[in-house]
Amino acid sequence: MRTVTYLQAINEALDEALGLDEHVFLLGEDIGVYGGGFGATSGLQEKYGKQRVRDTPISESAIAGAAVGAAMTGMRPIMELQFSDFITVAMDQLVNQAAKIHYMYGGKATVPLVMRTAAGSGTGAAAQHSQSLENWMAHIPGLKVIQPTTPYDAKGLLHAAIKDNNPVMFYEHKLLYQTEGVVPVEPYTIPIGVADVKRLGTDVTIIATGIMVSKSLAAAEIVKVKGISVEVIDPRTLVPLDKETLLTSVEKTNRVIIATEAVKNSGFSSELVSIIAESKISMKLKAPIVRLGGEFVPMPAQKALEAQATPQIASLVQAVEQLMKEADI
Amino acid sequence: MKQVTAKKDPNTSIDEREALKKMWQIRIFEETLQELFDVGELYGTMHLCIGQEATAVGGASPLNESDWIVSTHRNHGHCIAKGTDIRSMFAEMLGKKTGTNEGKGGSMHIADLAVGNLGSNGIVGAGFPIAAGAALSAQMQGTKQVVLCYAGDGATNEGSFHEALNLASIWQLPVIYFIENNQYGMSSSIEQMVNIEKLSERGKSYGIEGVTIDGNDLSVVSNTVSKAVKKARNGGGPTLIEALTYRHKGHSKSDKLKYRSEDECRQWQEHNDPILRLEKKLLQHNEITSKEIRQLEQSTRQEMADLVASVKLDDEPTKADLWTHVYAEEKI
Repeated sequence: MRTVTYLQAINEALDEALGLDEHVFLLGEDIGVYGGGFGATSGLQEKYGKQRVRDTPISESAIAGAAVGAAMTGMRPIMELQFSDFITVAMDQLVNQAAKIHYMYGGKATVPLVMRTAAGSGTGAAAQHSQSLENWMAHIPGLKVIQPTTPYDAKGLLHAAIKDNNPVMFYEHKLLYQTEGVVPVEPYTIPIGVADVKRLGTDVTIIATGIMVSKSLAAAEIVKVKGISVEVIDPRTLVPLDKETLLTSVEKTNRVIIATEAVKNSGFSSELVSIIAESKISMKLKAPIVRLGGEFVPMPAQKALEAQATPQIASLVQAVEQLMKEADI
Repeated sequence: MKQVTAKKDPNTSIDEREALKKMWQIRIFEETLQELFDVGELYGTMHLCIGQEATAVGGASPLNESDWIVSTHRNHGHCIAKGTDIRSMFAEMLGKKTGTNEGKGGSMHIADLAVGNLGSNGIVGAGFPIAAGAALSAQMQGTKQVVLCYAGDGATNEGSFHEALNLASIWQLPVIYFIENNQYGMSSSIEQMVNIEKLSERGKSYGIEGVTIDGNDLSVVSNTVSKAVKKARNGGGPTLIEALTYRHKGHSKSDKLKYRSEDECRQWQEHNDPILRLEKKLLQHNEITSKEIRQLEQSTRQEMADLVASVKLDDEPTKADLWTHVYAEEKI
């Protein structure tokens, strides 16, 4: 099996989807010759032309609205928002239109669109280009929300998103673009709504999303030396959420850490805590649930401050060790 | 019935008798809703378009069934004009499972894709980019469909208007932006909210032909739209039409009409009512008799009353319907 980057995996899925289905087209700012903000659409305009890989004006509301209108009338648009922070400018079309049309119309229209966007911190891009706002979309009935964390997941889930008949919000993490992994050459799909056990363990479950998955895996390696066995669960899709896989793991370890890059306040991590707390498994926990998340501050530009604003490998290691100690008492 | 010698207006592109019937259907549909509301039989809100029937019918009539309209919160006229089944619209208003949207949309979201009604919108200005998207879809698939996007005067101050017009122009999309300037955005007079004479001037900024017309003259409206449809269908790109009209009723059910004078309203109602104007014209051209007009109104009233009586017997959605259609399984 060959190895490719997360960015290449996304590019490959887009390429294949354009080749497989004439109704698929891409639209977004600078996605043509420039190849998109991070290069995910590189080479696709040369291959498929300006009609199907469509550069747009800097008009996020029109990009999203045009995607909605095209999706309702037979096309399968994939729109790119260069940074997930720009969703704010396209919010009405995604939240009030795309998410609601199928329901509001009594099932008589569908909006099969994909919104791809780059999220997260770690590039020094500061407060308006570094947020993790996926929880906003996870709050809206009618949208599906995907956060792939490996090249394999990125390609398979993107294919699934494009084939899905609903609006799908697809969050790519900037720091993952250059990470590598084994990815099949041929097109394949990963079902939306199935979590992945990224590492098997017996002592502590870490439920991590986005960039926190790789950080948790690194932390798990470190504590392994101390004899602590960590299981890492990656929900992969926030909506629909595979509660069963999460709860099965927590039931096994009885100790759980939840790690997100997004701020904790009213965040998706709160949702994960609630799911565990509301289940009978909570009565068997050996220690209270631990939650690691972004500090409740706008993302600072300066490198050290930026790192301080989100959980790092060291804080995950510390949390695991602390949890094991508490559970011993 | 006595056949009247028709002296048809040679300058009109529309069957005016047929249009008059539609205009009466729209008006009496809404008057019926008003009556139902007054006796507490209608739940929710609605926005009446009484006084704007010529823009509704003149806008939609030049379109083919497969062409799309995108509508607004003040949508009943647009929907009826595009051919949405009136019984299903009553059913939607009365919260029946048989409604256009199975009772889940209510007044503001009536849609009927089967007749080219892409749906109505509760967010002012949201339809502009959606219409551009539908037009893009038609262009890319080579279907030759045209999209007519209705919007109010107030909506032209939304960012989505400017983004969508620019997009439609650079891609030469087959879309017509049709602004019903009824003088007020809720309580705000458009004169206070823009610093230009005509909203159609805004087309120039985006390289789009803009025209302002008398929106209460059915023939003028339909002729202007016909021209724009032909242009769009032949690859000539978008047009911005501003049709001047007036809403006789308030913005919605809570409106006390404190912001405009009774005299102003009376002037429009008595001297510039689109239905009265069309009737007058048809009478002058001997295309209709006064008796026929009375019969048309009466039969339409009866038709609407019968529909309501029948719809009242329909089933309401069940409890299980709450959870259906949140996500789609199949593509439509």
